Amino acid sequence: MERRASRREFLLTAGAAAAGVGLGSLAAVGPARATPAEMQEAIRRVVGSARVNTGKVKLELPPLSENGNAVPLAVSVESPMTEADHVRAIHVFTEKNPQPDAVSFHLGPRSGRASVATRIRLADTQTVIAVCELSDGSFWSGRADVVVTLAACLEDG
Amino acid sequence: MSSALVNVPARARRGEVIEIKALVSHAMETGYRRTQLGAAIPRDIITRFACTYNGTEIFRAELHPAIAANPFFAFSTVATESGTIAFHWSGDNGFSVAASAAITVA
Repeated sequence: MERRASRREFLLTAGAAAAGVGLGSLAAVGPARATPAEMQEAIRRVVGSARVNTGKVKLELPPLSENGNAVPLAVSVESPMTEADHVRAIHVFTEKNPQPDAVSFHLGPRSGRASVATRIRLADTQTVIAVCELSDGSFWSGRADVVVTLAACLEDG
Repeated sequence: MSSALVNVPARARRGEVIEIKALVSHAMETGYRRTQLGAAIPRDIITRFACTYNGTEIFRAELHPAIAANPFFAFSTVATESGTIAFHWSGDNGFSVAASAAITVA
């Protein structure tokens, strides 16, 4: 009994130590990640003191992405895109990439349609937020949650 | 070297909303990666993309490292007149690539 207990203790200790080493080295070499709070700050830098309403913006990303290195992103906004009422800009933010800003698009009445597509990198399973600025100065946002199975390569060159 | 690929309809009706697609080859090195020896790989990305229609800007994007390699953009514009739709990408280390396409509007 005593021997088995000590063996169990040894395994527990060894396991904990290994886990500790693993976590420690991950923390040491892991790249800096933005946090949801940093994303909110980045959004604040763009919108200033204006209120960000929810709605109007449709952000489309695949709910499950196998490869975080190139995730298709499509964003569209309900807008007539006239001289009097159009989308001025659309900004895309990520929650857990090394930096929260992903891309900004500038549109105008000549766009005809407020619809843009690109491909982004995602370092982790996270929420992506698109904030649009309308010609009347109001801001609207839409969000999408993406599960990433293979994160965008951050370590090896 | 870098090469650009753009897709603009050759002909359109006046007032029609047309879709434009643009792609350029570029590694978009994020600046967050390291070599196997641990040396940081410096950032080398495209930071700006702009599209003009007969000299007037109709679309612009500011890019960050989160844009995937070989940046691709699809956007739209109203076909107003015949002429040239020009594209320009610029970024780190003096990167600059231009492309253009002709459009006939009836």
